Amino acid sequence: MNPTPPDPSPHDESPDVPGFRSWRGVYLFVFGCFVVVVILLALFSRYFA
Amino acid sequence: MNTLDWIILLGTMLGIAAYGVWRTRNVDSLNTYLKGNQSTGWATIGISVMATQASAITFLSIPGQGFESGVGFVQNYFGLPLALIIVCAVFLPIYRRLGVYTAYEFLGRRFDAKTRLLSAVLFLVQRGLATGVTIYAPAIILSAVLGWRLDLTIICTGLLVIIYTVTGGSAAVNLTQRWQMAIIFGGMVTAFIVLLTKLPDGLGFSGAAHVAGAMGKLQAVDFSLNPDRRYTFWTGMLGGTFLMLSYFGTDQSQVQRYIGGAALREGRLGLMFNALLKIPMQFSILLLGALVFVFYQFEQPPVFFNQVEWHRHEQGANGAKFTALDAQFGAAFAEQKSAIKTWLTARTTHDATTETAARDAMLAAQKQVQELRSAAKAALLADDPRAKTKDSDYVFITFILDYLPHGAIGLLLAVMIAAALGSKAGELNALATTTTIDLWRHFRPLAAHDEARNVRVAKWFTAFWGFFAIGFALYASFAENLIEAINILGSIFYGVVLGIFLVAFFLKRVGGTAVFWAAVAAQLLVFILFFSLKISYLWYNLIGCAACAILSWILQWIMGSQSQLPKSPENA
Repeated sequence: MNPTPPDPSPHDESPDVPGFRSWRGVYLFVFGCFVVVVILLALFSRYFA
Repeated sequence: MNTLDWIILLGTMLGIAAYGVWRTRNVDSLNTYLKGNQSTGWATIGISVMATQASAITFLSIPGQGFESGVGFVQNYFGLPLALIIVCAVFLPIYRRLGVYTAYEFLGRRFDAKTRLLSAVLFLVQRGLATGVTIYAPAIILSAVLGWRLDLTIICTGLLVIIYTVTGGSAAVNLTQRWQMAIIFGGMVTAFIVLLTKLPDGLGFSGAAHVAGAMGKLQAVDFSLNPDRRYTFWTGMLGGTFLMLSYFGTDQSQVQRYIGGAALREGRLGLMFNALLKIPMQFSILLLGALVFVFYQFEQPPVFFNQVEWHRHEQGANGAKFTALDAQFGAAFAEQKSAIKTWLTARTTHDATTETAARDAMLAAQKQVQELRSAAKAALLADDPRAKTKDSDYVFITFILDYLPHGAIGLLLAVMIAAALGSKAGELNALATTTTIDLWRHFRPLAAHDEARNVRVAKWFTAFWGFFAIGFALYASFAENLIEAINILGSIFYGVVLGIFLVAFFLKRVGGTAVFWAAVAAQLLVFILFFSLKISYLWYNLIGCAACAILSWILQWIMGSQSQLPKSPENA
């Protein structure tokens, strides 16, 4: 029986994506886009209801 | 279908398969065969993840879902971005750091061999049976509508995917899925454009959207807390996150798609690509279905879209009843069409009273049409209790065959077949990898260093699972309710497997023996509840996962802390 592997380091590697210095920023951007998509879908539903 | 359609269909499908075989004919490294090329970039990984999830039934059923119930089904995918972020932040770095071929190999290192074997066997049972359905479900619809022989459709598509998946393994799967997705996107965009040109003059996209919205088809987001509502924002966020986490994080058919690649960055960006695009993509397919609904408000549809089934009953002993229903439906459709035109005219008057009255008349006419469609299904059941009354899967294919120009028909059929091949290839690849790495190598540890032999064995297992899927799909044609049985089977096992993984990641003091016996007990509990309760089978995902996690923690607490045990080198 083996023990737990170590946690993934939060500073593992740079995302190498223009405009982002950390993966946390990428995740926040993706989640923010999801929120925007939901808002747009809600507005779409209301406009065409 | 004419010659042009056949040329496009066979040309694209055989061309992609031949390209996959030719480009990967020299693959002899186990790593490349099981994980794909080392140089695979994020775009290929992202497309491969998308292609594995999108089966043929996605492109047959989802437009039908949009036609029948509107675009609200998109909320089912609301949990996907959050689940993929969790997979990127927690699951993927550990899989990459340990250099595993399968997700279950990680469990072997985190816990022990018996836990790894248990989860691998649970995956093989569930996915092995489901892969037959992947090829059977579209084949039954395409063969019914196009008059193709069902057994030949299953065997031909099955053999095609076996040839290139056996030859090039994961490298071939990645390569062919990229082109298959290109065909899928091209075909769906073509269908969208052609559909817009087929709408009545002057209606346009905006007018069509207003008609669909007024008739209740464009309610994309529903914040209602009413538990009777099937698709809401809350069910999508809660249930969706849970289901997507288990699918993307622990199902080898997905894990295998993103653990390869040049670096951790490529897998992460591939998953984020899906987190960004999946919801807009599913919404577009549902919107296409809603626009097909609008189209059929101006062009008379059949009362029942599975025309083969309908004509069989129409020519039977009670045929007069079905002919009468056809006539009633025609009259109701004409009334509805007239009411819609009156409402569209009333909208331009900007008189609220006139518009409301016209809208009420339109909705009343719509209700009458819906009642006749329900009556048609009831008549089918009364005539034959085994009749298949779900016709929404036939809506889009009927539209394609009746209204798309030749060439586009071949392209759209290529979309369906490409989706079937892409998802089945990913599944076969995952089944063969799990069988080779988690079972065969476990029982033949001395063979682990003979790379050529490992590749040969993986190829044999790929072929085995391919023929198993074909055999199962052929058998499924004699027992249709097996499809639902497979979905139930998946829900029974999925929860416990996810429970094992969540314990591995988040309950750090729990060891292998505790989680193994907790998983066995949780699986037994799920079996007992399944045979004694009458609840939706989807709940067993949650029950299995929660039972496994809670029992693991309790057992470990009883057995004592795991921290006294020696650490393995790779985890130290």
